[in-house]
Amino acid sequence: MVENRPFLTFLSHLVLILGLLVVFLPVYIALIASTRGPTEFLSGIVPLLPGDHTIANYRAMLQSGLSTSGAPPLFPMMMNSLIMALAIAIGKIVISIISAYAIVYFRFPFRALAFWAIFVTLMLPVEVRIIPTFEVVANLSMLNSYAGLTIPLIASATATFLFRQFFLTVPEELIEAARVDGAGPIKFFWDILLPLSRTNIAALFVILFIYGWNQYLWPLLITTDTRYYTVVMGIKRMAAYADAEPLWNLVMAAVMLAAIPPVIVIIFMQRLFIKGLVETEK
Amino acid sequence: MQTKRTVFPNKALPYFLLLPQLAVTGIFFLWPAWQAIWFSFLREDAFGFKSTFVWLENYARLFNSASYINSISITFTFAFAVAFLSMAVALLFAVNVNSMIRSRNAYTTLLVWPYAVAPAVAGILWWFLFNPSIGILPYLLSMAEIRWNHRTSQADAMTLVVIAASWKQISYNFLFFLAGLQAIPNSLIEAAAIDGAGPFKRFRTIVFPLLSPTTFFLLVVNVVYAMFDTFGIIHATTEGGPAGGTNIMVYKVYADGVIGLNLGSSSAQSVVLMCVVIFLTVIQFRYIERRVQY
Repeated sequence: MVENRPFLTFLSHLVLILGLLVVFLPVYIALIASTRGPTEFLSGIVPLLPGDHTIANYRAMLQSGLSTSGAPPLFPMMMNSLIMALAIAIGKIVISIISAYAIVYFRFPFRALAFWAIFVTLMLPVEVRIIPTFEVVANLSMLNSYAGLTIPLIASATATFLFRQFFLTVPEELIEAARVDGAGPIKFFWDILLPLSRTNIAALFVILFIYGWNQYLWPLLITTDTRYYTVVMGIKRMAAYADAEPLWNLVMAAVMLAAIPPVIVIIFMQRLFIKGLVETEK
Repeated sequence: MQTKRTVFPNKALPYFLLLPQLAVTGIFFLWPAWQAIWFSFLREDAFGFKSTFVWLENYARLFNSASYINSISITFTFAFAVAFLSMAVALLFAVNVNSMIRSRNAYTTLLVWPYAVAPAVAGILWWFLFNPSIGILPYLLSMAEIRWNHRTSQADAMTLVVIAASWKQISYNFLFFLAGLQAIPNSLIEAAAIDGAGPFKRFRTIVFPLLSPTTFFLLVVNVVYAMFDTFGIIHATTEGGPAGGTNIMVYKVYADGVIGLNLGSSSAQSVVLMCVVIFLTVIQFRYIERRVQY
């Protein structure tokens, strides 16, 4: 700060605090609603202070769910989301790091072609090729399976680029020294490159975990069996149901449960998250 | 294509390393994309028994249909409203946080988490807040004699999805604006202060122009986000309604293809969207090349 203007500093804090209140408002209201009893939404508007049904609501959602809405209890859905998020994050990192390794540390015919084939995936998000992708997955009989939920989303141009950029900054001397010492490609990758990439892997993991957890369209398309529902798509069914009958306390408990895991990941791994966010955009 | 001066001599190994990535890309990305292009030239009969090659008829129908033109204009309104709202709010946050010294990290922590909330969840949160019968905001609005109902009013529904989509994107824009602000040399600001420029004049004449690369980059990213990543918000709340008022192109592909089972039209829409993504990606990459030189 180049000058001291107490009034201006005060004004800045005021703007920030008011802004934060607006940002927090929807989550606060949802949290309050999730602590209330079932009859409290019948008349008037949502209360502003917590009630005493917190434990009952969350337990009901985790164990039995809204049976009438056709969605299973939340606990298995959250487990599905966790499996999907972990499988996508780990899978993307593994196949991207080895393909980046191949592209940077080897010379072979069709190298540029392979690179461009991976690059093109950036331009083909699921949203623009919904039906043909669904058909491919259906033909491979991967509907309603964890493989179907994760494998089609596992190719990643951004992760491959990130690792490629990073490998290009790794000093040439390392590979020369490793080769002089007689290390083969696998040993060099495992003992030298992988330990060097640790921070990049961790940062990428945070971003990809959130990406995987928050998937919506894909699970919606390929799961019809409630055993494979993920929590983010599951709550939509409950919300549609709650609009007809006032079960908002239970729906909001489900919403909080769907939102909390990725939020916790971001808050506790903030530094890695920011690094991952900035680097994947380069 | 860059590579290392020293490389490993193996002939087969690199292909094995590339195999998983290329297999997934080929089976789940390139082949379906090709299928979408192919289907967009076909027309199936009502029972799905045979399909005939119809050249560009699907595209011609598409661009002659009022609902698709409506969807395009709604997508533009939505994308630019989301980009403008979330960038403006994020810039306000970033400028104020950047002037703090001790509390900067605390404010940053309080602002990053909406990024982690799924679009569908963000949609439901705001939907609840704006619920016409029990929501708080319609209650407050009714005191100001404004009747809110996103189930019947297209403008209200659009406002709702714009707010929900912008809310989720504030964290992202905030982090990039903050990084951009911190990259501006302090000496410039100090020189301007010595010459007598106040904080608002400094922002207008120095800070904002120097931020323009960040602003442009974020504009592209936000338009891409609003066009493609907001499916969850629309599907979880308005479902494109009322009467097509929030039927953005990505949602329409889904509605026509998966629910309406109109393969030819949905494929043609997919191809149009692919062209949009390719266009936006090219802009993004050209810009990034320039940033590296800068």
